[in-house]
Amino acid sequence: MANSDHTIASISHISKSFGSKKVLSNITINIREGQILGLIGPSGSGKTTTIKCLLGMERADTGFAAIFGQKMPNRQILEKIGYMGQTDALYENLTALENLTFFGNLMGISGAELTATINKNMALVDLTDSLHQIVANFSGGMKRRLSLAIALLANPDLIILDEPTVGIDPSLRLDIWTQLRTLAIAQKAIIVTTHVMDEAEKCDLIGLIINGEIFALGTPAELKEKFHAASIEEVFLKAEVSSK
Amino acid sequence: MIQFKAILIRVTKEILRDKRTLALMLLAPILILTLMNLVFNSSTDTKLKIGVADNVPGKIIQSLPSSKVTIRHYPNSLNRAKKIQSDDLDAFVGRSKNKLEITNENEDPTKSSQVKSIFANALLVSKIKELSLTLKKISLQTSTKQTSSNLKIKNSYLYGNSNSTFFDKVFPILIGFFVFFFVFLISGIALIRERTSGTLDRLLATPIRRSQLVFGYLAGYGLFAVLQTLLIVLFAIYVLKVAIIGNLLLVLLTNILIALVALVIGLFVSTFANSEFQMMQFIPIIVVPQVFFSGIIPLDTMAHWVRFISYLLPLSYAGNALTAVMIKGQGLGVITNDWLILLVFLFIFTFLNIIGLKRYRKV
Repeated sequence: MANSDHTIASISHISKSFGSKKVLSNITINIREGQILGLIGPSGSGKTTTIKCLLGMERADTGFAAIFGQKMPNRQILEKIGYMGQTDALYENLTALENLTFFGNLMGISGAELTATINKNMALVDLTDSLHQIVANFSGGMKRRLSLAIALLANPDLIILDEPTVGIDPSLRLDIWTQLRTLAIAQKAIIVTTHVMDEAEKCDLIGLIINGEIFALGTPAELKEKFHAASIEEVFLKAEVSSK
Repeated sequence: MIQFKAILIRVTKEILRDKRTLALMLLAPILILTLMNLVFNSSTDTKLKIGVADNVPGKIIQSLPSSKVTIRHYPNSLNRAKKIQSDDLDAFVGRSKNKLEITNENEDPTKSSQVKSIFANALLVSKIKELSLTLKKISLQTSTKQTSSNLKIKNSYLYGNSNSTFFDKVFPILIGFFVFFFVFLISGIALIRERTSGTLDRLLATPIRRSQLVFGYLAGYGLFAVLQTLLIVLFAIYVLKVAIIGNLLLVLLTNILIALVALVIGLFVSTFANSEFQMMQFIPIIVVPQVFFSGIIPLDTMAHWVRFISYLLPLSYAGNALTAVMIKGQGLGVITNDWLILLVFLFIFTFLNIIGLKRYRKV
C-alpha cells in the first residue's frame, strides 16, 4: 500500500449495500498527514457509512480501507485514531473526569500521562472548570466539547470527527477550527463530516458525497472553479440539483 | 487488562449513581418476599362455613371437626343456591332419603375438596362409633373380651417441620427467580442504552477486545448480584425466619451462577431489542415461562413432554439446586449436575455475546 507519500488513510473503490439498498458505490479517497478532509453531502448520502468502513466497524462489500498502511479492520490500529461519532456518546451519570478516565483507559493510557492529557484537552475545549460535574447537568454544547476532548485524548495521528461542531457557539466553533488547524500543522490527519459550508471552506480537501458516490473531490478552490461557484455552499446546491 | 478494569469500574459507578435502579435491584425483592410471606403464612387457618338442613342426622354433624368448620342450621326445603349466596357459605348440606346432598359453592376448588373429605371422614367416624358400640354390646352379652387396638398417628418430617408452609417450599426458587429477573432486565437495558447513546460505537472505536467488554460487564453486574443475594438471603433468615438448613455458601455460589447466566442471556437478548420498551417485551417470553418450570408448580405431575421443556430453561436447574441445598440440606454431590448445566448456559451465551458484538465492529 502506498504510504511513501505520507498517506495516513486510504479508501479504495469501496462499495457497500445494506440488504438491497446500495449505500456506497466505488468510493476512493486518500488523506495525507497534515491534511484536513471535509466530507460534505446531504444527510443519508453515506458520509457516516464511509467513516465506519474506514474504521472497520462496517465491512465493505468490495474494495478496501487502510490506515497507516495497515488494512482495516484492525483492532490495534484503533489506538492511534481519535473518533467522535454523531452522538455525544457520554455516560450521563458520570462526571466529566470519570468519562475521560474511562475512555483514556480504553485507549491504554493511565496514571500521570492520562492526567496530563486530560488537563490539556479540557483546557482546549474550555471545560477545565467543569471537570468534576456530572455530565447530565451539561448543556448540549458542553457535551459536544467534552466528546471532542475525549476523541483527542490519546494524541491520535488520525482524527475522525462526525459533525463535530453541531450545537457549539460560533466563537467556540472558531476556536475548535483553529485548534484543528494547529493539529494539522503538527502533521496529524483529520477527517470531518459537516453540514456547515463555511467550515468546508476551511478544509484542505473536500469530498462531496451524493447518493453514495463521490460526486466531486478536490480543494475548495478547485471545486468552486469546476462548478463556477463563488462559495462551497453554491457548489453544494448546484451539485445536488445536477445529481437529480 | 486495563480495559477490563475500566469497564468494571464504570459499570459499578453507573449502578451506584443510579439510585432507583439500585433500589429496584436490592429493595424490590425484599418487599415482594415480605408480602408473599404474609400472604402464605396468614391464610392457613380459615374455617369452612357450612350450612346444614335440619333433616341431616345430628351424629354426622357432631363428627365434623369443630376446629375446621362453622356450622349454621337452616330449615329444610330452602333454595340452597340462594342461601349460599346470601350467607356467604362454602357449602350447604341437605338430605334426601339415604343420601347426603352437598352443594358446593366451588368458587375456590380447594375448599370444595376440603368439604368433600371432611364429610367422607365424618361418615366414617360415625360409622366406626356405631360399630364399636355394637362390639361393646356383643362383648357384654357373650362375656368374651373383644379388644380393638387403639392406634394413633404421630407425624415426623424428613425436611422441615409441621409448621412448613408453601412459602418455605417456594422460597428457594423465588430467590433464584429474583436474581435472574432483575439482573436480566438491568443488564439488557444497560447494553441497549450503550447502543442508543452511541457509547458502544465509541467503545468499539478503541482497541478494546470484545471479550474484555463482555467480561467487564459480567464482573460489574456479578458484583451487584452477590450483594443482592446476600441481602435477600440474610433478610429471609433473620427477619422472615425462613429455615435454611444447607450450606449458605452453596446458596450464594448458586445464585452468583444464576446471576451470570441471567446477565449473558440479558445481554444476548438485548441485541434483538431496539429500545428499553422492547426489552420489557422479552419478559413474558423469556422470564415468565421459567417461573412455571422452575419448580413452583410441581413438575412430577406434568406430562413427560411438558417436563422436557424445563430441561431447556436455566431457572429449573437453579430451582433444583437451591431447593436441594436450602430445604434438603444436600451438598455439592447432589447439585454438581445443576451447576455444570448452568455453566454450560453461561459459556454458550458468553460466546454468543462476544461473537454478536461483531455486528458493531468487525474485529
